Amino acid sequence: MGSEELEFVANLDNAMETKDINVWFGERQVLANVNLEFQTNTVTALIGPSGCGKSTFIRTLNRMHELIPSAKLAGRVMLDDEDIYAAHVDPVDIRLKVGMVFQKPNPFPSMSIGDNVLAGLKLAKRKVEDADFILEDSLRKAGLWDEVKDRLKTSAGSLSGGQQQRLCIARSLVLKPQVLLMDEPCSALDPGSTRRIEETIKELRESVTIVIVTHNMQQALRVSDYTAFFLSEEGHPGHVVEYGLTNDIFHEPKDQRTDDYVHGRFG
Amino acid sequence: MSTELETEKITPRVIHVIRQNSDKVFRGILIAGGLAAFVLLSGIFGFLATSAGPVLRAFGLSFFTGKTWYAGDGLLPSEGSIDPPTFGLAPMLWGSLLIAVIAVAIAIPMAIGIALAATYFLPKKIAFAFTVFVDLVAAIPSIVFGLWGFFVLMQHGALWAKWLNTHLGFIPFFKVEFEGFEQSPFMAGLVLAIMITPIIAAVSREIFASVPAELINGAQALGASRWTMIRNVVIPFSKSGITGGAMLGLGRALGETIAVFFVLQLFFDEINWIRILESTGGSVASLIVSRFGEAQPLEISALFGAGLALFLVTLAVNAVATAIVSSTNRAKK
Ligand SMILES: Nc1ncnc2c1ncn2[C@@H]1O[C@H](COP(=O)(O)OP(=O)(O)O)[C@@H](O)[C@H]1O
Ligand SMILES: [Mg+2]
Repeated sequence: MGSEELEFVANLDNAMETKDINVWFGERQVLANVNLEFQTNTVTALIGPSGCGKSTFIRTLNRMHELIPSAKLAGRVMLDDEDIYAAHVDPVDIRLKVGMVFQKPNPFPSMSIGDNVLAGLKLAKRKVEDADFILEDSLRKAGLWDEVKDRLKTSAGSLSGGQQQRLCIARSLVLKPQVLLMDEPCSALDPGSTRRIEETIKELRESVTIVIVTHNMQQALRVSDYTAFFLSEEGHPGHVVEYGLTNDIFHEPKDQRTDDYVHGRFG
Repeated sequence: MSTELETEKITPRVIHVIRQNSDKVFRGILIAGGLAAFVLLSGIFGFLATSAGPVLRAFGLSFFTGKTWYAGDGLLPSEGSIDPPTFGLAPMLWGSLLIAVIAVAIAIPMAIGIALAATYFLPKKIAFAFTVFVDLVAAIPSIVFGLWGFFVLMQHGALWAKWLNTHLGFIPFFKVEFEGFEQSPFMAGLVLAIMITPIIAAVSREIFASVPAELINGAQALGASRWTMIRNVVIPFSKSGITGGAMLGLGRALGETIAVFFVLQLFFDEINWIRILESTGGSVASLIVSRFGEAQPLEISALFGAGLALFLVTLAVNAVATAIVSSTNRAKK
């Protein structure tokens, strides 16, 4: 009884928490027993070699994983102290609370810049009165307002890659997510755009909890408070080797494998 | 000073590219193929135009705008005709367009529905079986459609037509001047719609399958349901492709002969502009097939003229289609 209460208090700061996440594609297990806590208004970086299951893991956090036909899952993902996989939960509602930005910028080509930002409202059939305000607010938060305010009606395809990615960030902010997932958001961008997005991430942290997958160690150091190191050793499913404050992971790792990875000695 | 002089001397370099042999062969084949298609088209055009010559010379533009088709004694006035013929194609030309448009209007929603079901709604195996079945419909010979239309569809179709006329008769399209309801442009359009749906569905399916996964993922991550995703992402992305498919269908519908021949009453002297439920219609291809057997030389020439007109209309439709598809493609960029 007492301990349960204690756990509840300890959980208050967690925006999201995973409990023993295991994932399979068909018969093949690709993730084993992932337990992570994402604290409110922090940035958590997920690092690890290619193929260790980072993308797969992040997609379990907003129920995008189950859209792949052969995908299976065990474990729980707690959001607001409720399992997002509980029977009565609508996956669509979860995706509204947990936004996602992808590796490749994916604005809708048939829509204008403005329509792209507000696309979420249309897709989720949300009615709002202050669409203009939301539009500007989201673009400002994504650091794109000044660059596009005079051409909101032009096609999103006319933007540079970095601008498109910030557009996609603005697009997911419109739905006011509690958690924002970013899967290698800068890997297709030039260094200048990468910087802009990193600044955006730092500003967003005030209002939303961020989980970001990155292959760039410097980026993890620059933007994140916590870091989780994933690894999938030969023939074994991916798992978390070490998880803690970013500073500790990079400067005083407890595990030799973490040390090797963050210093570029493998992967 | 000297540097200025030097820059003046620089001229753009001509860059030579030595083409590889395989490249040359490939280019040659492509050019030959393109030329062959062009020569073939010109040949057909020339043949039709020459064969239609006598009638075109005698009737001029009124061959295309006139409304009466009367073979008479098959002689021109200059040849001492006592029962002079007139050949006016307008009701048939308009009729061909009308039934083709009706067919496409009915076929597009059916085809999109079929393609959406196969791509997004049915389980994989069932979708595959369904697709094969729809594709098989495209392989049915048109004579079978004609017979089926005449003996089976027409009875039901006449009832639907009557229903439309009773309840929606205030819309000009569904008015009739005399009741008959069989062998109407609507009926011909219906048969044609079933014939061209598989083509449009196949094209739509390909287009839906080519919608980039990242767009679909993006929509789903924004909390889209399947329907809102289809409406806001899939359909806008696919519009120009579906238009192209519809134009293919339109071309096929314009040229279809034997199936229409069974289910359409050809009618001259008046153009039936829009009363699609009435048993008075036109079809250039049906005209040709119905008159060819008993035609005198002059009427044969007129039938070649009809073929020429159909050929030109089909070319024009294709040109318009290409323009639409490329303009919507450009708008996307
Ligand atoms: N749709 C899928 N079907 C089957 N296997 C997949 C699928 N997606 C990913 N995998 C496999 O799961 C493992 C983890 O992939 P992923 O999560 O993309 O790794 P990461 O993002 O860390 O590079 C890989 O071995 C990959 O081959
Ligand atoms: Mg990945």
